[in-house]
Amino acid sequence: MPLKALDYESINENVKKTQYAVRGELYLRASELQKEGKKIIFTNVGNPHALGQKPLTFPRQVVALCQAPFLLDDPNVGLLFPADAIARAKHYLSLTSGGLGAYSDSRGVPGIRKEVAEFIGRRDGYPSDPELIFLTDGASKGVMQMLNTIIRGEGDGILVPVPQYPLYSAAITLFGGSLVPYYLEETANWGLDVDDLRQSVAQARSKGITVRAMVIINPGNPTGQCLSEANLREILKFCYQENLVLLGDEVYQQNIYQDERPFISSRKVLLDMGPPISKEVQLISFHTVSKGYWGECGQRGGYFEMTNIPPETVDEIYKVSSISLSPNVPAQIFLGLMVNPPRPGDISYEQYVRESKGILESLRRRASIMTDGFNSCRNVVCNFTEGAMYSFPQIRLPPKAIEAAKRAGKVPDVFYCLKLLEATGISTVPGSGFGQKEGMFHLRTTILPAEEDMPAIMESFKKFNDEFMEQYEDHRGYSRM
Amino acid sequence: MRKSVAGKLRKALELSFQHNRRFLSSSHSRFLSSTPVVFDSATSTSMADSSSSSHASPPLSLQTINPKVLKCEYAVRGEIVTLAQRLQQELQEKPGSHPFDEILYCNIGNPQSLGQQPITFFREVLALCDHPAILDKSETQGLFSADAIERAWQILDQIPGRATGAYSHSQGIKGLRDTIAAGIEARDGYPANPNDIFLTDGASPAVHMMMQLLIRSEKDGILCPIPQYPLYSASIALHGGTLVPYYLDEASGWGLEILELKKQLEEAKSKGISVRALVVINPGNPTGQVVAEGNQRDIVEFCKQEGLVLLADEVYQENVYVPEKEFHSFKKVSRSMGYGEDDIALVSFQSVSKGYYGECGKRGGYMEVTGFSADIREQIYKVASVNLCSNISGQILASLVMSPPKVGDESYESYRAERDGILSSLARRAKTLEDAFNNLEGITCNKAEGAMYLFPRINLPQKAIKAAEAVKEAPDAFYCHRLLNATGIVFVPGSGFGQAPGTWHFRCTILPQEDKIPAIVSRLTDFHKGFMDEFRD
Repeated sequence: MPLKALDYESINENVKKTQYAVRGELYLRASELQKEGKKIIFTNVGNPHALGQKPLTFPRQVVALCQAPFLLDDPNVGLLFPADAIARAKHYLSLTSGGLGAYSDSRGVPGIRKEVAEFIGRRDGYPSDPELIFLTDGASKGVMQMLNTIIRGEGDGILVPVPQYPLYSAAITLFGGSLVPYYLEETANWGLDVDDLRQSVAQARSKGITVRAMVIINPGNPTGQCLSEANLREILKFCYQENLVLLGDEVYQQNIYQDERPFISSRKVLLDMGPPISKEVQLISFHTVSKGYWGECGQRGGYFEMTNIPPETVDEIYKVSSISLSPNVPAQIFLGLMVNPPRPGDISYEQYVRESKGILESLRRRASIMTDGFNSCRNVVCNFTEGAMYSFPQIRLPPKAIEAAKRAGKVPDVFYCLKLLEATGISTVPGSGFGQKEGMFHLRTTILPAEEDMPAIMESFKKFNDEFMEQYEDHRGYSRM
Repeated sequence: MRKSVAGKLRKALELSFQHNRRFLSSSHSRFLSSTPVVFDSATSTSMADSSSSSHASPPLSLQTINPKVLKCEYAVRGEIVTLAQRLQQELQEKPGSHPFDEILYCNIGNPQSLGQQPITFFREVLALCDHPAILDKSETQGLFSADAIERAWQILDQIPGRATGAYSHSQGIKGLRDTIAAGIEARDGYPANPNDIFLTDGASPAVHMMMQLLIRSEKDGILCPIPQYPLYSASIALHGGTLVPYYLDEASGWGLEILELKKQLEEAKSKGISVRALVVINPGNPTGQVVAEGNQRDIVEFCKQEGLVLLADEVYQENVYVPEKEFHSFKKVSRSMGYGEDDIALVSFQSVSKGYYGECGKRGGYMEVTGFSADIREQIYKVASVNLCSNISGQILASLVMSPPKVGDESYESYRAERDGILSSLARRAKTLEDAFNNLEGITCNKAEGAMYLFPRINLPQKAIKAAEAVKEAPDAFYCHRLLNATGIVFVPGSGFGQAPGTWHFRCTILPQEDKIPAIVSRLTDFHKGFMDEFRD
């Protein structure tokens, strides 16, 4: 009797334990309903182009020309492409070692990494070394690579904010490490308290866990808060005291919707703090072409920058990168263009500014529309989306609803979100997918649906919510807070 | 109207070689020693005493990082390549500083970096999908072929909102998977299910996904051919498993013997290893053999009987250079034996990086997963979803590779000419280099029936072996090092791929352009003569 090759029991436990709610139960249900013909509004993932945001014109022109360099020989190419796009395509092709179809240096095309370093230098006021910048197929691959480098076993803990973007919890589980949560305080605008951090670390250590790294997501996902400079200083000091490497997820650095707290990079603050902290705290910073006003998720382009990592360790990280040969070259060009966009005087400059501003200003407006729309519901409290792409309202659920959820075998926010989906077609991700305090319920939605659709979406939500509350409320009281 | 790639592109590429040299790093040391890769069972190092060591050392330091990272090796971009890049920089800065005026990279299967041109039709479609705004313009008709425009429209209609910048379904765009499934069916004569296909950023991430799924601890073993493409050894090490080697038989053209498989399986079992899967690379890398169909049937039967997952690396399926052999997918072979989903668990890997298209930089590929239960497939989907999706342009390219222009299409003739030109040139280069190697004293070289490499065996004289030991280098690395310093030619030492103990090889690609091959042959011949004169016993 031949043996069965592989059964569910015998696969890697870590794979089985891994969860990734962004494309989990709600998304799968929404996809089913969509197949049945229901109109679904997918607000489960930060995927701007899927909701109608148009790609910026200039980068698409440049990459198309790089893709088909024979166009550059054609005398009529100028009829379809502006001269600066043509020049830029030639520039990037000259930086590659054989065009888009050749593996590049495993760290990314050196000339493009130089452009990234120059961007970082302009942004922060401190020079950045291209040798310490590695391009990756999306920031997620970089995050996974770093976590795999850090985690030796379940005795290694990684500090992760709660709520968090579940790439972190998924990767930590996959690599067999331990997630050490630190709670962001909703009533203090999702702020971070260093005393809480200390407590989380102490608790972990008492369980025999060695805390190795701390993740910050700035601007936050799903919470949207922008960290203040003071907060960043506290965090860096904390990492110095506790010997933690700081993983700075800064993929939303272009998405800022208020003026009180502009984006400041962790690296800038680190270097501002001077020695010994500036020379000793280890920092990995992540960025991407998927977010900002570019929204080029499908290209899979990103990078990580290393600060204060010893050369031999950089070599080991390089070695692992080389096993995958190289990141995809078209996305590297998108990255180059993102850090080095058209300048004043360039033919495409005005169009570029118009398109970018249009997107950013609209996102800012949509952040408000959504926050206000949620807050107009009596059982919903929603912090303003200061940055990133999401709204993370707290839904206060009455006890009867919680009981109904239990009976249906669902976590309360999953129950609520499924009902929301069935009633309105709005596909969100339940807060439990991101982590939240015990007894509290949230959902995450994006602020990405088209501006003209927003009022109707918020109305639709409100209608559903009010009916839900009618059904389950009996004036005895709400869930905690 | 469409133009074939012209002189300006060559100029741009020349510029790119020059420009690229300026940025090459010389400062950072590289990672790999040239000692032979060890394939003994991997006992993962026990976790260091974390509390004391990590207070002394920063979190990211050699003493504190994941030991599996330290353990894995990847020679294709290893030490010899770093040295080559340094020499290249020196040549740039001080022309004449070496006895050669260019580095000839024969280390990596990266055709377009050595002047191979992309397939025009594919690039037309990709450019249009990258910038769909021009599809409506009349000028576009003058710059692109009509069937490329049509195909772009077709593909865009399969993408929600025609948004090529959006994350897709985590297995890849459904319409593209349909096209790939149809292509698989046309190739094999057996149906393929689009839901079995997972589009990935190249075949390598798909291999990693399977290793992650299969390996629970160092007690889990994966049977790998020796010599192998070192992605497998590296991936197994990274995931904490054990590589169980099976030796290909050089004397019989790198034949795969079932008895050898059985022997290695039993030996592993006796050591307490639970062997989970068998990797077969067909056509082989670095060895180039195309597995005979009868042999394939034996392999399928073996996996079925022993309950092993068959991991079929078929990325070189379009690189077959000998009339007496043909590529048959393991899926086709299994189905032709009457084995279906319930009989054999099979994962087939394909890529856009090889074949005649050579689109390495695009990172496109897929795995076709058959014979797994629904709950396992859910797990595979879940892992794929954490990364959201693979790059869309690579997905589109994978679908083009699996459904190229057909007879009657406007672009068919030129596509065919480009394709045949590349494949026949590869076949010629394979033969020329094989003959060249066989003409050298002490070197024997099996024919490259397929893939992109030659893996000649060198019988090194004792004197050379001792000289290598004296500088603490593996003998094959010693030879490759000397060769590089004397001629600028970059081969990868056989130790990077594994070889029967006591034998020495190196891997050479067949990819330098045809006009460079005579220079390679003459420089190599002169060097080898000098080397043997120096070290002959």
